[in-house]
Amino acid sequence: MNDLWIILTAALVAAACSLVGCFLVLRKMAMIGDAISHSVLPGIVIAFLISGSRGSIFMLIGAAVIGLITVFLIQLFQQSGVQSDASIGVVFTAMFSIGVVLVSLYTRQIDLDLDCVLYGEIAYVPWNTIEVGGVSIGPKAVWAVGFALLLSSVVIGLFYKQFKLCSFDPALAAAVGIPVLLFHYLLMGLVSITTVASFESVGAILVVGMLIVPAATAYLLTEKLSVMIVLSVTVGVISSIAGYFVAYLLDASIAGCMISVAGVMFVIAFLLSPTNGLIIRKIRQKRGLSGVIPESV
Amino acid sequence: MLDSLLHLWLDPNARWILLGCSLLGLSSGVLGSFAYLRKQSLMGDALSHAALPGVCVAFMITGSKSIFFFLIGAAAAGLLATLSIGWITRYSKIKQDSALGIVLSVFFGVGIVLLTQIQHSSSGNQSGLDKFLFGQAASMVNSDVITMAIISFLLVGICTLFFKEFKLLSFDPGYARGLGFPVGILDHFMMFLIVVAVVVGIQAVGVVLMAALLITPAVAARYWTERLGLMVILSGLFGAFSGFVGTYLSTMGSNLPTGPLSVLAATVLFVISLFFAPKRGLVIKLIRQSSMKQKIQKDTEAESYVKAKGVSQVE
Repeated sequence: MNDLWIILTAALVAAACSLVGCFLVLRKMAMIGDAISHSVLPGIVIAFLISGSRGSIFMLIGAAVIGLITVFLIQLFQQSGVQSDASIGVVFTAMFSIGVVLVSLYTRQIDLDLDCVLYGEIAYVPWNTIEVGGVSIGPKAVWAVGFALLLSSVVIGLFYKQFKLCSFDPALAAAVGIPVLLFHYLLMGLVSITTVASFESVGAILVVGMLIVPAATAYLLTEKLSVMIVLSVTVGVISSIAGYFVAYLLDASIAGCMISVAGVMFVIAFLLSPTNGLIIRKIRQKRGLSGVIPESV
Repeated sequence: MLDSLLHLWLDPNARWILLGCSLLGLSSGVLGSFAYLRKQSLMGDALSHAALPGVCVAFMITGSKSIFFFLIGAAAAGLLATLSIGWITRYSKIKQDSALGIVLSVFFGVGIVLLTQIQHSSSGNQSGLDKFLFGQAASMVNSDVITMAIISFLLVGICTLFFKEFKLLSFDPGYARGLGFPVGILDHFMMFLIVVAVVVGIQAVGVVLMAALLITPAVAARYWTERLGLMVILSGLFGAFSGFVGTYLSTMGSNLPTGPLSVLAATVLFVISLFFAPKRGLVIKLIRQSSMKQKIQKDTEAESYVKAKGVSQVE
């Protein structure tokens, strides 16, 4: 049963992250996903300190706010003349440092372990359950991540056209009257919520990996956004399930194994994708050449 | 307070650590300013995460926690990471930022798998490897600090020697190639120097935050000057200051980790630069804006006055 809870949590995290990850990869904002997932740490700690509990809703709001502040600061510095990648780097490392300092200051008051936050010990998920009227209704992480996944699916489902246009052609989107900035912040809000819901149970690394790697893998396999989303979620879920069994076999970090499997799947797509793969490109190049030579002769 | 202050200056080990971390900040600040100008700020982030599996493999093979072997392992992993980023961007439609993210997280994931393997294996001697990876300057022994100081010193020396080449490479690689500089080799050489700085710094500030020591001082320095030479010097000084302050606060016995404190010190410098730098700072911009507004207002007032008068005179 515990195995099942762990796999379910991981699969939910993977699905939620790879859903929003698609838009990040398309909009060339992959590293902003990385930045948000590191900078929600102080948000989590501050929410702990204020509320004194692991109340999920409160933490989700706190982290979404911190995530938006991060995005806002990054844009602010960019506008004041700092290169975009550098401003991402400055903001998220500073936020993360504040988080780490807060954790080490208050580490006795709250049971947040630094290693746990970094790698995320998903193995402990089944023991941190929610009880309603004395009856356990499953791990807290499942509910939190499930909620985040539901929220992202609903929002993206409702505004699918707007999100799509904003990702592919922001100028056109603005021209037809879509509030581009609003959708930018809406997406960032979803990324923050997804991140924080996953963060505490699975750690920063799994979140960053699942935001970017499955989406990039799917991007190699298709040209259509809807197909890309489905593929990305599938790749995410497969790598979390397969990763769990690899971790079981090797007796190694579960989160680490899940990312490694996702990495392997990316490499396979990179080499073998029927439309974009390295091998098909090489073959096409050769054919192209052999096709050209006789003609010119 | 005063006791701990005195203790810090009297304790030779603490003095060494302070010196070592300041030199580390100096060298990463200097290297970071080249990385910043070449739009490769997040490369430091990717490389520092990618170093993890390299360090783990080095430890698994040699079984010793020697900074020298770690350096070799991390340099190999860093090279593989930069090559992978290059391959991904060249041979697929994936853009550089996604490629960075993929390499960063997959390498780190593999590193963590290896790390847990090491922790679960019974080959003693591994305690403290995680301290090493997540940074705590106070736990370093004297020989580590001396190695760190020497390597940082060498890095700064090399940057001074190759200043002209690096300058050209940062501003106009095409022109450099035209002049006959081996641009590819110089490129890899600079990346190698960054890898070395990252590996040396990991023990003091940790994997995740090493990137900040490369980025933040350089961004702060860029606010103050338009000249590369001055920027490199400033960035080095900012880095050294951050390393010093971070180590100082953490060895004062508050048991706070060195890395985040150094990064926060650098961030404070950045915020000061953001507001108060001459020419590019926010304060001077605001002053300029409001004085411009006043001037425009005065001009329009004067104009309307003249107009009114002019009109009445004509009448």
